[in-house]
This record gives sequence, structure tokens and C-alpha cells, in this order.
Amino acid sequence: MTRSNFNTMIQCSSAAAVFSLALLCGCRHMASSNSGLKPTATGTALVESSGGHQLGSTGTALKDPLVVQVNDDQGTAVAGALVEFHGPAGVGFQPTAALTDSSGQVTTAVTLGAIAGRCQISAVTPGKTKAVSLDVVETALGAQQRLGAILNDTYCSRCHDPESSPERVSNYDSLAVKPHVFTDGGTLNKISDADLTSIIQHGGPALNRSALMPPYGNTLSTADVKALIAYLRAVADPAYQPAGTVYERK
Amino acid sequence: MSTMKKILSSFWQKLFGDPVRAFGVVSVLLLLALAIAPAKDHFSEWHGYQRKYLSLIHDRGDAVSLRRRFEPGIHQIWLPELGVTDRCTTCHLGLKEASLADVSQQPFRKHPVVPHSLDGFGCVICHGGQGQATTVAEAHHSERAGEEPILPTRCIESGCGQCHQNALPGTPQLNLGRVLLAREGCVHCHTITRPDGSKIEATDHPPSLVHVADKTTREWIYSWLKDPQAYAASTTMPNYKLSDSDASDISAYLISTSNSLPGNTVAISVKSAATADAAAGPSLYGESFCASCHATQNAAGNLVGGDLGPELTRIGNKARPEWLTAWIQNPRGYDATTPMPHYRFTPQQTATLVAFLQAKTDSDYGANVHQAAITPQQIAHGRKLIVELGCAACHQINGVQPPENFAPDLSTIASKPLAQISFLGAMEHTVPAYIVAKIRDPRAFGASVKMPQFTLTTTQTDALTTALLAQSTRARQMPDTLRVAAIPESKYQPAGRAGKLITELACFSCHRFNGRGGDMAPDLSWEGSAVQRQWLTGFLHNPNTLRPSLIRRMPRFNLSDTDNKEMTDYILTVYQSPSIDADAVQVAITPEAVELGRQLFYSKYACQACHIVDTKADKGYIGPTLTQVGSRLTPAWIYAWLKNPHALRPGTAEPNQNLNDEDARALTAFLISLKGAGGRGAK
Repeated sequence: MTRSNFNTMIQCSSAAAVFSLALLCGCRHMASSNSGLKPTATGTALVESSGGHQLGSTGTALKDPLVVQVNDDQGTAVAGALVEFHGPAGVGFQPTAALTDSSGQVTTAVTLGAIAGRCQISAVTPGKTKAVSLDVVETALGAQQRLGAILNDTYCSRCHDPESSPERVSNYDSLAVKPHVFTDGGTLNKISDADLTSIIQHGGPALNRSALMPPYGNTLSTADVKALIAYLRAVADPAYQPAGTVYERK
Repeated sequence: MSTMKKILSSFWQKLFGDPVRAFGVVSVLLLLALAIAPAKDHFSEWHGYQRKYLSLIHDRGDAVSLRRRFEPGIHQIWLPELGVTDRCTTCHLGLKEASLADVSQQPFRKHPVVPHSLDGFGCVICHGGQGQATTVAEAHHSERAGEEPILPTRCIESGCGQCHQNALPGTPQLNLGRVLLAREGCVHCHTITRPDGSKIEATDHPPSLVHVADKTTREWIYSWLKDPQAYAASTTMPNYKLSDSDASDISAYLISTSNSLPGNTVAISVKSAATADAAAGPSLYGESFCASCHATQNAAGNLVGGDLGPELTRIGNKARPEWLTAWIQNPRGYDATTPMPHYRFTPQQTATLVAFLQAKTDSDYGANVHQAAITPQQIAHGRKLIVELGCAACHQINGVQPPENFAPDLSTIASKPLAQISFLGAMEHTVPAYIVAKIRDPRAFGASVKMPQFTLTTTQTDALTTALLAQSTRARQMPDTLRVAAIPESKYQPAGRAGKLITELACFSCHRFNGRGGDMAPDLSWEGSAVQRQWLTGFLHNPNTLRPSLIRRMPRFNLSDTDNKEMTDYILTVYQSPSIDADAVQVAITPEAVELGRQLFYSKYACQACHIVDTKADKGYIGPTLTQVGSRLTPAWIYAWLKNPHALRPGTAEPNQNLNDEDARALTAFLISLKGAGGRGAK
């Protein structure tokens, strides 16, 4: 038996094992999610009420629960419809499946997985003819992005975040030249890491932009600036795609 | 039987009858036995993962360089001084490969960026688990004696806490957990020694109960003991789940042993309070900035205000008006170490405030509570309960000594052997799961458990667990060179009459001086170098805000002229920065310099983004308003601040712009020229 043959055999058998395991898990999942839940109605549409686009640390629960609503053709809420939640490995839901309440809503607490970055979760309801699903994106911040988030709170958000809270009034409206909001991926995704670094370290004039952006090169360390950029990339909407070689051959 | 024997012997004959054949058979058997070891190795789990890794990188654009860096066989990070022998990298092959950041298939993903190198620290120091194991089950999930499964991701910051005893900027959860350990009362009962030998000290202020009968009624104590959170949702007092008679007996003991202070029973002048204007109470409460420390529930049920002092939503149900009057007039008369300032209100103001606070009453609270007369049996049983429950670990109580080592020492709780833990039925058998469950519902571990029920959110429970998981035996064995010590709270106490004033006004509750004090207001360790005498006198007399966007502001203390002078003199003389020499910085205030400074302010450095100089044109309000900075700050301070703000106040939001001397001088000249038009303060 040649080595390559042998490898293929191993791969086949492991693939088969993985497949059967996945089947087993799938069956168990189906069994557990449907046990005890008897839907009394079906809807035809799923909409997000709240809880999408949140930031959280990897492995921890999100601050606010995810609330989705099941509607029928007329757009009125449907009570008693089954909604199941699915996510990538490591993402937890409490509960993973539930029936909609009298206002047609289901609330679940989301615990993020260990992998940092955008985390797409989906809510699924059986529907009249075929299953209806809704995708919601949450963002998990790793160690570096978390440091960036903290630095953003200390140095950046007072000007770059237009939202005010009673504790913290935004300075955004006071500025003659408006700063970029960090979630504005449309603009910021086009600026390279090197340009962002020089604008943070040397101020707006470094790239012929407004002097209202002061230089932070003597205040923040290189690691801090990297962390800030990592945070910025994590919260960008639309998502940031790093430029450069596309490694995976399709 | 005999046929069986015959078959066997003929079989034996066939195999070993002939010496040559016997030799051949034995050789084959030997070869087979020898093949077991390489076969086991070939089919081992880690080998499978290495093959999978090779097939994963095979299809990638950078396969050549990835394959060049791949080494087959068992990998090991060996760091004897840290006690690390980690073979995790045998399967986790892509940890250092930047191009594998897009791979979501474990165990091949790139490690996220962390401040330490993998080769310098290994894996198990942060992640836990068994580094020497070479199978997934043993490395990740082992529960055998002395072994622990890997930590869940939500507690990963505990790894940092093993060496770093100070607050790190990148570990919010660990920092919160440590604050909570000191603030939620944990360390009153549990001793927690950090790996460097220092103890975690309590930062909360449980009230003394020595004069409690002056303050409140037995009925209120009873209702409070039954359910503290029903009175004040934000209180850190836990629920002991007492029976009605036990709560009644404890209240009986506390009331009967309380001794009265003479000042606390002076009747309030009802007349002056009644004639007061209806709006006077709320406006006095507002302008004294009581809400900076005390919270109240608003109509929507949300808490509004600070958490330094107790919540005042239902204070009228609790405090007797006579006591409240005496308290506001002199808090240190009742409790010598309270963080509450002595406001120096006039009798009229005190009466107004007492009437306002007394009106904060919930008529439903404790409405049906009536306590019969106290019997000696109740008092005796109440004392027994107080000793058993350890009330005196937090509160000063007449006739009961504070217990020592009341609860288990938690200094190495993270390394508690799993065999010593009695897990609940459906619980994961890990230390983190045990700590979370114990904090969330201690009495679920048995009716005899004395630990009370705390009211904590999931975030708080996770943070506490993270902080406790840093308390491991591994942390104690770390080399001293890696240890970063906690910054101990200094015991600084200013001397003399001014020192007494600073204590009375509770300046330390908000301001920090020489390493001691709160963080609500600016650090004043070098205030004497910063400000001018005339401004300071005026500010202490009637504080106006410097930062219009802040809600929490300095209250007015009605200081007498002598006290004001005492404070001003002390601050200007004692709180001087050694790095600022007023005579060394000579700034010429010429019209040219001022004009150059103005241009630098507005164009080169664009300071108007954060500061206001001209109230009509400028709008920035992140930094303090600078309209009269020339009459507030000294030129030497402005110059030093412009050169490097972080040297004077670490962590300030103002960036260090690395100004040259010339620009700094011109800007100082411009700022000093801003004396402000007319009256002081920018409201």
C-alpha cells in the first residue's frame, strides 16, 4: 500500500467518522431543541427587535439579550411560533429554542465564542412552507481589540462618537471638521494601516487633514496604536477585508 | 476432552515441531510485537492533527513557506523557571503563522495578539490544562488528582493576574473583579493574600452599629435584615435569608445594646422646616451635589447618582429626623471615618434638607411590621446569631468581638483540588464552575453554609471568578522578576489644622493627594504649583465649574474666612511639584508673543477642538474652559503642562504634542493673557 493511498484511506475514514459524529450531534440537537416545545402557530417572517450589532469580549455574555419577532404575511406578530438560534462553534444561547410570547417575540441571552471577530448568528423559525431565517451579526473583541476599545474610550470617543450620554457629552457637533465615526467602514476600510498609524501618531496634518486631530505619538505606545487600529477594524461596518494576498485558492 | 488435547498438540507440532519452523514463527511474533510501538505512534492523535495541518496548508498560496516552517514530531516549550513544559504546539501548529488568521478550523488558528510571546511564557500559564499531555482529552479535560481542565475563555484574564497585581489597562474584567473583592465585603470574612504576600484590603465602609438606635427603629432593622435589597436595590449588604424570629431577635440585640450619643436626640425645629419653600429642598440637594455620591431611584425605577454613599430612595423610612439633623451637621460625630463631608450648613439649610430627605418615604415599605417588646431570651438568641453569622466581621457591634479568620482563606482558591470540592448534581466539575455557582447561590451547597446571598449581575460574578482564579499556587511559584506588585493605597494624612479641615471636608473622598483618595475629581498632589492664590481663595469660597460637560462638581462648603485662608495657605505651600520651578520659567508677556500664541492655539495645534477661549466662537468642551486661565494657573505650570501633560497628571486625555520651547513659551504667553471678562467662572 503506497503512502498516499494510506493517507487517503485515513482521511476517508476520519471524514466518515466526522460525518457520522456530526449526524449524531445533529440528531441530538434536533431532539433536544424540539423536546417540550409545541408550536401553536407559524409565521412567515423574522425581524430583529434588538440586540444585534453588539460588542463583547470573547467568551462572555453580551450585555443585552437578542430579541427577535415572528410576523405573519400582514406584518402582525405571531404568538406561539418556534424560534431556534444557531451560531458558530462556542457561541451559546440561553435558551437555544423557544416559543414566541404574546407579543410575538423571543428573547435569548447570547454568550460569545472564543474566536475574536465578527460572529454571525442566525434565528430560524419553521414557517408555513419553508424555514425562515434571520442573520444577526455580533462582534467579539479579543485581547488586543479590548485594549483598543479602552483606549478609544479614553482618548478618541469623545470626538469620534456622535452619541452623547448624560455622563459623557459628545464633542462631535462642536468640531468644524467632522471626525470619522469608527464604525464608518465605507471610508475607513480604504485607509491603510500605515496611514491610520501615521494619522494617530502625527495628527491630522500628517495626511493633509484637519489639525483638529492632535498627534498621539508621544502619548500612545506603538502597541497601543496597533490595538486601536485592531479595534477600529473590528467595529467597521461594512466589514474590513485586509488587503494583500488572498491565500486560499478557491 | 481428549480430542481437544489432540488438536492442540498437533497444532503445537505444526508450529514448533521443527526447529527451523519454530525459529520462523518466533521471528514473526517478535516482529509483530516490535511493530506495535511505531504503529501506536503512527495512529496517535497528534500525528493525525499534523497530517491534517499539512493537507490544510497544501492548498494555500503560501504553502511553501508554511511547509518550510513546519517540523514533524512532538513540539515542546520548556521553561524550567516558570514550571512550564507545554506540548500544546504539537497540534496547535498555526499559532505563530500570521497568514492563518482567516482559518477558523481548530487547532490550526493563529493565536490572537497578546502582549507576551508564546515561546517566553508557554500556554498553560494563561489557559490552564495539562501542558505535558499529548492527547486532546488529557490536555483539555483531565480531572484526575492534581489536574485541571483548561480555563473557559471568559476567565482568561485571570492568567494576567497571576503576575500583575496592579490594574492593567487591557484587563477590564480582572480589574473589576479585584475592585469587587474589596468593595462587596468579601475580604471582611475571607482572607485573600496576593501572591506577592500583600493582603487585599476592604474599600467599603460598613456602618458601625454602636449607636444604631439613635439612627433608626427596630422595625426598620427587622425589615432590612429580612431583605436588604427591598429597601435599597444597590446596597452591598447580602441577604442572610433569616427566619422572622431570627431577624426579630437580631434587631432586639442591636437596639438593646445600642448606646445613645447626646447630640443625636435634639429635636428638630419643625417650624423652620415647615415654613421653608417647597422648592428649597430639591434645589439645596442639587446644588450641594449630594447625587455625586448618593443615588435615588427615578420614576422609571432606574438608579440615578453615585455609589459612594448609601442609596437615599427610601431614607425617610429609615432615619429618625433628629439623627439626620445631627448627622448632616457633623457626620464625624457619629462615625469618625465616614467619607461624608461636613457641609457647614446653616440650621435653616439643615432643616430644609432634613425635611426634603424625610419626604423620601415609601408608605408601603415595612407597613405591616410590628415588633413586640424585647425579651431577655430574644437578646441572648440575637447575640448568638450575630456571633454565628459573623455580623461583627463587617459591622462594629457592642458586646461582640470581630471574628478572626471567619471564613475559609481564598489565597489559593484557584488550585483547590477537585477531589476536595463537593460539586452539585448537574455541575461541570471545574473550579471556575464551582466558584460561579458558590457566589451565585451559596446556600445551594447545603443549609449549613453561612455565606449569604449576594445580589450580583452575571458580569460581576464572572469578574469575581476571574479575580479569584488568579489566586493559584502557580502564581506563588512565579519568579520574583516577573512579579508586578500592587500599588498599595498610601496612608497619607495631612497634618495640623489644615489636615483636620481636609478630613472634615472629606476631600479624600473625591480628590487624590500623594497616592491616597478617590478618583471622582482631579488629583491635587501638585495643586500648589498649578494655581494662583486669589483664584484658589475664590474657588474654595464658591466653586464654579471648570468643565461644563461634567455632572459631578465640587460642592460649596460655607467655609469661614479663617478656614479658607488656612486651606489656601496649606495647599499653596505643601502641594508643590518638585519638577516645577516658578523662577526658572521666564515667559515674556509681550503683544507679539501673545499674538503668536493665539495663532499657534487656533491653527497649528487647533486647541479649540477641546478648549473654549472665546465663548462666542469656540465650542470644544472636553478640556477645561480657558476664558480666564490667566488668572487661575501659574505660568510655570502652564509651560510645564504644555511640554508634557502626562508627567504632571498621568492618564489625562490631553495628548503630549512634543512642543518646542519657543511654541510652549508663546502659548503660555497667550494663555496668561486670558484674564476673563468680568466675574469669575464660566457657568
